[in-house]
Amino acid sequence: MQLTKFVCTATAATLLACGVAQADTLTIATVNNGDMIRMQGLTDDFTAKTGHKVEWVTLEENVLRQRVTTDITTKGGAFDIMTIGMYETPIWGKNGWLVPLNDLSAGYNVDDILPAMAGGLSYDGTLFAAPFYGESSMIMYRTDLMAKAGLEMPAAPSWSFIAKAAREMTDRDNEINGICLRGKAGWGEGGAFITAMSNSFGARWFDDEWNAQFDTREWSDTLNFYVNMMNDAGPAGFATNGFNENLSLFQQGKCGMWIDATVAASFVTNPKDSTVADKVGFALAPDNGMGVRSNWLWAWALAIPAGTQKEAAAKQFIEWATSNGYIELVAANEGWANVPPGARTSLYENANYKDIPFAKMTLDSILSADPNNSTVDPSPYVGIQFAAIPEFAGIATEVSQEFSAAYAGQQTVEEALAKAQALTNDAMEAAGYR
Amino acid sequence: MARATSNRQKLITSIIAWAAAIVIFFPILWIIVLSFKAEGDAIRTPLGVLTSSWTLDSYAVVQDRSDYLKHFFNSVIVAVGSTLLGILVAVPAAWSMAFVPSKRTRGILMWMLSTKMLPAVGVLYPIYLLFIQLGILDSRTGLVIVLMLINLPIIVWMLYTYFREIPAEILEAARMDGAGMRAELLYVLTPMAIPGIASTMLLNVILAWNEAFWTLNLTAAKAAPLTAFIASYSSPEGLFYAKLSAASVMAIAPILVMGWFSQKQLVRGLTFGAVK
Repeated sequence: MQLTKFVCTATAATLLACGVAQADTLTIATVNNGDMIRMQGLTDDFTAKTGHKVEWVTLEENVLRQRVTTDITTKGGAFDIMTIGMYETPIWGKNGWLVPLNDLSAGYNVDDILPAMAGGLSYDGTLFAAPFYGESSMIMYRTDLMAKAGLEMPAAPSWSFIAKAAREMTDRDNEINGICLRGKAGWGEGGAFITAMSNSFGARWFDDEWNAQFDTREWSDTLNFYVNMMNDAGPAGFATNGFNENLSLFQQGKCGMWIDATVAASFVTNPKDSTVADKVGFALAPDNGMGVRSNWLWAWALAIPAGTQKEAAAKQFIEWATSNGYIELVAANEGWANVPPGARTSLYENANYKDIPFAKMTLDSILSADPNNSTVDPSPYVGIQFAAIPEFAGIATEVSQEFSAAYAGQQTVEEALAKAQALTNDAMEAAGYR
Repeated sequence: MARATSNRQKLITSIIAWAAAIVIFFPILWIIVLSFKAEGDAIRTPLGVLTSSWTLDSYAVVQDRSDYLKHFFNSVIVAVGSTLLGILVAVPAAWSMAFVPSKRTRGILMWMLSTKMLPAVGVLYPIYLLFIQLGILDSRTGLVIVLMLINLPIIVWMLYTYFREIPAEILEAARMDGAGMRAELLYVLTPMAIPGIASTMLLNVILAWNEAFWTLNLTAAKAAPLTAFIASYSSPEGLFYAKLSAASVMAIAPILVMGWFSQKQLVRGLTFGAVK
């Protein structure tokens, strides 16, 4: 009996010692935005629960992309967890570069992840990244200027209404632009917006044979509509405006409408930074009556690079950071308006969260986006504001540069589309798609 | 009359010099101004920025969020370490090219300089793989080596220019007095070239301090210097100008102070041999 007791005690002590010895330090690469910074501030909670420590590498989005791509393609092992998006996840998952997240604990409730998010972060039915927060795009508009123009914003407006309202709301003498939209070159900037917009005009990047489609009427209609509307009602120099430039204009009261990421809603309604915080309404991104709206879908998600020596601890962190428990932790510390949105179904069933003014429109926007059926005519790719193929980022960056040159008046829309058609077909041929 | 013309010329020259200085310094001045503003005020029109209230909030946030001292010491070690290592390698190289030239010396110098024309990203993957193999990824040792290598052509070129100004006869005299190569380098050449070596070191410290491609791509959490510290405050979504400006001011302040106190040395070294 004494011997049994001794063996049990020794075993327990050994296991405990092993547990302490296995406390790891995780290196996590992440992007610099409000939700991620908040998570860094709450890391002590994770350390207290698991014993694992965390070292953060915070980088600007484009730097982060380059950094983590270099590391994962060379199996560098600099990071145990990477923050990646919907574009990278299925491609890297297919290549076997990420650890599948198909064995998360029952308490984590993986089925609670919004289906659109889970779908976009999976490859072949396997989840490869857990969404930290998700977003779509929607219309943010000035309720006072809309009323002054004698118009009422429908919950789901059309592009023709938006163009009419933009022109009506424009007041050049008082520096008010009817509409502010992204025009900046870059596949994740103006490229993302115009691609999502083109979907609602019936355009697509490729047909079933991976032929570029910029020579179609739908693309011509999209670009001409955008350029005409922005010339009449957009801000000066819109060709170089991205998210931050438009955010700045809107917060200073210089935009009647702004169509952009749903995450912007919390910025424009924050009275600390926005001069129009109490005059903002929300609506779904416009459509053209063709069954597809112009909103996109995106998630910043946490993934584990294959080959990390700290896989178990990394999974523990991902479970902690993307769980309902974490959402409640943020709510308790910083209020429900600051919890990471767009990842879990249960958040939108929470009575506390329903009071947030942009919560419902964010959910509706996310639910109306389908990466698997993003175009009117069938397309061979997955993704709304991008095509989830490795070559897309490079091609789309060049295409968006041609488009921005057309917005700036350096070339015609037709010239930009002809160049886009040629360079896309050349790149796809070189990559072996055609 | 001649005096009046001279004064007018001096005045015009001064105005042009001041205008050029203001244009060059303005971005730094604006960063300093923005760093003392709230995020909401930092995105306003220039007049709005200047008339809004001043605050230390951004510095407080940056101080709270980041480990500034860790990044600072990494920068110091990497900048000083790569400079010292570079000088150690470059002095003998420049000596041999300046005093024992061969018919290929000119070609070698041009080849060394031509490596600076290669876009860094072109060799990112080979160097990254090499670092993985050597186990020096995210280490200060790795950064010291890579920054020394990328700045070596400039160090060798500068030292070569300074050494060429030193009469070879002095070194010959030392040799006739029985000085070996080590003594010649250490006790004859180096003391005479100290102004040139000092300005080369200063310039190299500044270059290494500001280097942002390799320091971002070859580090993660451990060896990241101040360039990574700045990069962590840039964001494509949200308000960040004030915090980014505060982080930038904190990162450039040490090198700005060093440059200010050593400007005479720096200018003297950089213009050494320019006017015959």
